[in-house]
Amino acid sequence: MKNNSVKTIVAIGIGAALFFVLGRFVAIPSPVPNTNISIQYGLLAFMAAMFGPAAGALIGLIGHALIDFSYGWGIWWSWVIASAVFGLLIGLVSKRLSIADGVFGKKDIVTFNIFQLVAHAIAWGVIAPVLDIVMYAEPANKVFMQGLVGGLSNIVTTAIVGTLLCVAYASARPKKGSLKQEK
Amino acid sequence: MRNLFNYIDRPSPIHRLTGATKLVCLLLWSFAAMLTYDTRLLALLPLLSMGLFMLSRIRLRDVRFMLGFTAVFMVLNNLLVFLFSPQHGVTLFGTRHELFSLGGRYVVTAEQLFYHLNLVLKYLASIPIVLLFVCTTNPSEFAASLNRVGVKYSVAYSVALALRYIPDIQREYHDISQAQQARGIEMTRRQSLFKRLRSAAAILIPLILSSMDRIETISNAMSLRGFGKNKKRTWYMGRRFTGWDFAAMALCLALLLAALALNRINGGRFWNPFAA
Amino acid sequence: MRDEIIRFEHFGFQYNAQSEPTLHDINFSVRRGEKVLVCGPSGCGKSTLAHCINGLIPFSYRGERTGSLTIAGKTADALGLFGISRHVGTVLQDSDDQFIGLTVAEDIAFALENDCVADPALHERTARAAALVGIDEGHMRHAPDELSGGQKQRVALAGVMVESVDLLLFDEPLANLDPATGKAAIEMIDDLQKSTGAAVVIIEHRLEDALHRDVDRVVLMGEGRILMDVSPDELLCGDALVKSGIREPLYVTALRYAGVKLTPDMAPRNIAALRLNEADREKVRAWYREQPEEAPGEEAPVLLEAEHIRFAYAGGHEALRDVSLRLRRGELVAIVGTNGAGKSTFSKVVCGFEVQREGALRLEGEDLNALSIKQRAESIGYVMQNPNQMISQVMIFDEVALGLRTRGVPEDEVKARVEAALKTCGLWPFRSWPVSALSFGQKKRVTIASILVLRPRILILDEPTAGQDFRHYTEIMEFLRDLSAQGYTVVMITHDMHLMLEYAGRALVFSGGELIADDACAAVLTDPALIERASLKETSLYALAVMCGIEDGRGFVRRFIAHEREAVRP
Repeated sequence: MKNNSVKTIVAIGIGAALFFVLGRFVAIPSPVPNTNISIQYGLLAFMAAMFGPAAGALIGLIGHALIDFSYGWGIWWSWVIASAVFGLLIGLVSKRLSIADGVFGKKDIVTFNIFQLVAHAIAWGVIAPVLDIVMYAEPANKVFMQGLVGGLSNIVTTAIVGTLLCVAYASARPKKGSLKQEK
Repeated sequence: MRNLFNYIDRPSPIHRLTGATKLVCLLLWSFAAMLTYDTRLLALLPLLSMGLFMLSRIRLRDVRFMLGFTAVFMVLNNLLVFLFSPQHGVTLFGTRHELFSLGGRYVVTAEQLFYHLNLVLKYLASIPIVLLFVCTTNPSEFAASLNRVGVKYSVAYSVALALRYIPDIQREYHDISQAQQARGIEMTRRQSLFKRLRSAAAILIPLILSSMDRIETISNAMSLRGFGKNKKRTWYMGRRFTGWDFAAMALCLALLLAALALNRINGGRFWNPFAA
Repeated sequence: MRDEIIRFEHFGFQYNAQSEPTLHDINFSVRRGEKVLVCGPSGCGKSTLAHCINGLIPFSYRGERTGSLTIAGKTADALGLFGISRHVGTVLQDSDDQFIGLTVAEDIAFALENDCVADPALHERTARAAALVGIDEGHMRHAPDELSGGQKQRVALAGVMVESVDLLLFDEPLANLDPATGKAAIEMIDDLQKSTGAAVVIIEHRLEDALHRDVDRVVLMGEGRILMDVSPDELLCGDALVKSGIREPLYVTALRYAGVKLTPDMAPRNIAALRLNEADREKVRAWYREQPEEAPGEEAPVLLEAEHIRFAYAGGHEALRDVSLRLRRGELVAIVGTNGAGKSTFSKVVCGFEVQREGALRLEGEDLNALSIKQRAESIGYVMQNPNQMISQVMIFDEVALGLRTRGVPEDEVKARVEAALKTCGLWPFRSWPVSALSFGQKKRVTIASILVLRPRILILDEPTAGQDFRHYTEIMEFLRDLSAQGYTVVMITHDMHLMLEYAGRALVFSGGELIADDACAAVLTDPALIERASLKETSLYALAVMCGIEDGRGFVRRFIAHEREAVRP
C-alpha cells in the first residue's frame, strides 16, 4: 500500500470525526425556528473535493452514521445514504480541481458550486425521499418537502462555508512567489 | 468518549457476544424491521428487544437520555406525516372508515390511525436495538467487527480513527471557538444568516488547516509502523466465536426470514385487517 | 563496519517542491549500541535527516537523492518502507498524533496487528513491550485522554519496541513535556538503550536537557551540512554551538563568563560529570563577588486581582482551588506546573472562557464577572500556542483587523490601528502579504498583533516559544520584553525553565489546582521541595554554585541572569 492510500484512509477517519463533531455539537440557528444549519456539509464538500469520491462517500456514511448512533434514535439509513451519495457526487469535482497545489480561482469556485448544487439536489431531492418511501412507506409529499427544505439549506451552507474552506486552504499552501518586503 | 457513545461495561450474556456477532445481528434485525410492515411481527420485535435489554443488564436509567431523543423524534415525525398526508392510511389499505373530523381535509380515519400505530411500532422495532448495540459493544471492538463481517480493513480502520480522534477534535474546536469569540466572532441569532455562516467559517478554517496537518502526521505514523503491509491484519480486540454467537445470529436470521415470508403471505408489506 | 546500522556517504537530498537541496554531502554513520544526539537550528536539515533514516524519504516525501545511504547494509529502495521499519523505530514529536489506537493496549499492538501476529503471541508480546517501558496492567485499557504527556510518550515507545528494532529514532522527545517528565524520558531512553543494546538517535535542540544522560556523539548541523560530529565534551569546549545558534548549557555559559577555560578532560557534558579544580572554582567565586547585587525595582500598580478563585469542569474534579494572586502593570510573569495543574484553566477563567464557581476577579478594581468574553478581550488578550489555530484570514492585514471589524470599528480607524499593531510587531514590511508566506515565528507575531490591536492591558500567551530554536526564541522573547517595557502586562504559560529564569520577573507555580508558590524565578528553581512538587527541574546554575562553594546559590543565579540581561544582550 502506498503512503498516498494510507493518507486517504486517515483523511476518511479524520473527516468523519470532523463531520461528527460539527454535526453533533455545533448549533448554528437557522432562519426556521428550532432548527439548526448542517454546517458539516460544507466540510464534507471540501474534504471530498480534496480526496475524491470514495473518501467523500465514506466520510458522509461514517460521520452521519456515528451521529445517529450517538443520539440513539436508530440509524436513519435513508438520510445516511443520502449523505454518502452527496459525498460521492461532490467528490467527482476533485479531478477538475487542484486545491492541494494551491489553485482555487474564480472558475474553480463556479465549478465547485455547480457540482455541489447538483449533488445536493440529487441527494436530498431524490435519494433521501425515495428511500424514505421505499424503506418506511412514508407519504411522498412529506418526504419531498423535507428533502427540499434540507437540500436548500445545505446548498446555501456549502456555497458559503465550503467555498471559503477551499479558498482558505488553497491560499495556505506554500507557493513560490515573488513577494517583496515594503519599507 | 465512552460517554459519547454510551458504552456501558457490565458482565452480561449480551456483552459476551463478540462485536462481530452483534453487528451481524443488528444488520439482520434492521433489515427485518425495515422490510416488514406486518403489525404482528412489528409488535413482536419491541417485546423481544425489551427482553434483550433485561438480559444485558442495561438499566432504563442508563439510556433515559437517548430514549428522550427517540420519543421527541417519533412524535414529531408522526405529526409531520399526519399534517402532510392525513389520508395516507386510506391510500395504503384501500378502505375508508371515518372516525371524526378535525376540520378541512383532516378527517381522522381508522386506516390512518392504524398506519400511525404501524409507524410507531416500526420505530420501536428498529431503534432500541441500535441503542442496545451501542450500549453493549466496546468501541474498540467495532473496527475489528466491521473487518470480520467483510468490510475492508482499511475502511474499518477509518472508522476506528474517527472514534479515536473525535474527542481531540472536539476539544480543539472548543479551544478555537473560545479564542475566536474573544475576537468578536459570534454565531447567534443577532447576526444575519450570511454573517453567521462566515463566522462559522472563521472557526472552521483554523480547525481544518490543523486537521490537514494532523492527517499528514498520522499517516506517517501509521506507515512507519507497517500499516498496509499485508492484505490482512489481525486485531488485538478481536475475539473468537462461541456457540452463543452462532445461536444469536441464527435467531436474527430467523427474524429476517419471517419478515420475508410474511411479505409473501400478506401479498405486500402491510398486514391489512381492513380487507374483509 | 558490519554492525553499522545507518551509513550516509556523500548523501544529498532535494525536495521536489524546492529549488535548493536541503541536505548536502552528509557523511555519517551509526553503529549498533551507539547513542547519538543530532542538534541544529530550525531549517538546518535535521528533520529531513530523520526522514531519510526512517524511510519517509523517499517513500512519503519525494525528491532527488545523491550519494548513498544504506540501512543495515541495504539501500532504502531494496528494503522498502516496511523493510526499513523492521530496523528503525520512530517516536514522533507529537505523541497525540502517534497514538493511533483507541486504548493503550491497542496502540502498542498496532505494529503486530499489521504484521498479522495472531493470539496468543499478539497479547503476550504487547504485554511484554508495555512492561519494558513501565506501563502497568491497570493502564492498558486507558484511552489517550486519560494519560499524561509522559505516559503517552511511553506508549509511543512501547509501540515501536514491540518489534525488536536495531535503532530507535526520537524526533524532539522533549517538546511537549514538563521539565521533570522530560528528565525522566531521557533517563528511560538511556536505560532502554543499555538493556536492549539498540542504537539511539535523538533529534533535539534543547541540548542541556538532552545531555542529562551521556551520549556517545553529538552531531551539529547547519544549513544542510554536518558541521561537527564529536563527543559532547569536545563540542562544549568550543564556540561552535554559540556560532550556529544553539543554546549552550547554562553552567557552560556561566563558566565562560567567569573566565574558566573548558577542556574535554573536565567532562563538561553534564553538570553531574563536570570536574573543576580549585583554581577554576575560585574564578567562579571571584566572578560572583564582582557582580553587583540587583537592586529591587519599584512595584508597579496592581492591574488584575484574583481572589479565592474556585473552579470545576462539569462532572470533573476541582480544577482550581482557592487561587488568589495579583498582576502588576508592565510585569512579565511565568505560570508553570505540570499538565493539568490548573495553568490553562486559570487563564481561561481570567479571559472569561470559563466562569469560576467562587471568588472574584477585578481589573483595576472593576469586577470582571459582568463582562462577556468579547468585552473582556478588550482588556485581556489570549494568544494560543499554535498560531495556526487562530488564523482564519488569507491576508495579514485582514487577520489583524478581524477583531476590530467584528466590533464595528470604522474602517479608517481600523486601518490606523492595524498599521500601528503591525509596526509594533515588526510586521510592517509584510503588510500586504498573505499569511501563508510567513514562517512559524512570523505567524506567531501576526496572532500577537491581532490581539494587540484590541489594546488589551494584559496579554496571556500559551507556550510562546514552543517549537522555536534559540534564535527565534530570543526574537520572540525580546519582543515580549519590549511589550512589557511599554507597559503591557505579559503572562506566559510555559514548561521552559530557561525562558522563565531569563525573562520572567516572577513565577506563579501551580500544582493540583492550587497556587503553591508566587516568587522570584531564581527562588523557585532553587527550592528542592517546590521543584519536586511542581514537576520542575533545578537549574544547573544552582548546582554549579554549590560545586564552587558559593553559599547563596540563589544569589548566584540572580546575578547570572542580571549579567545576561545587562551586559551581554544589546
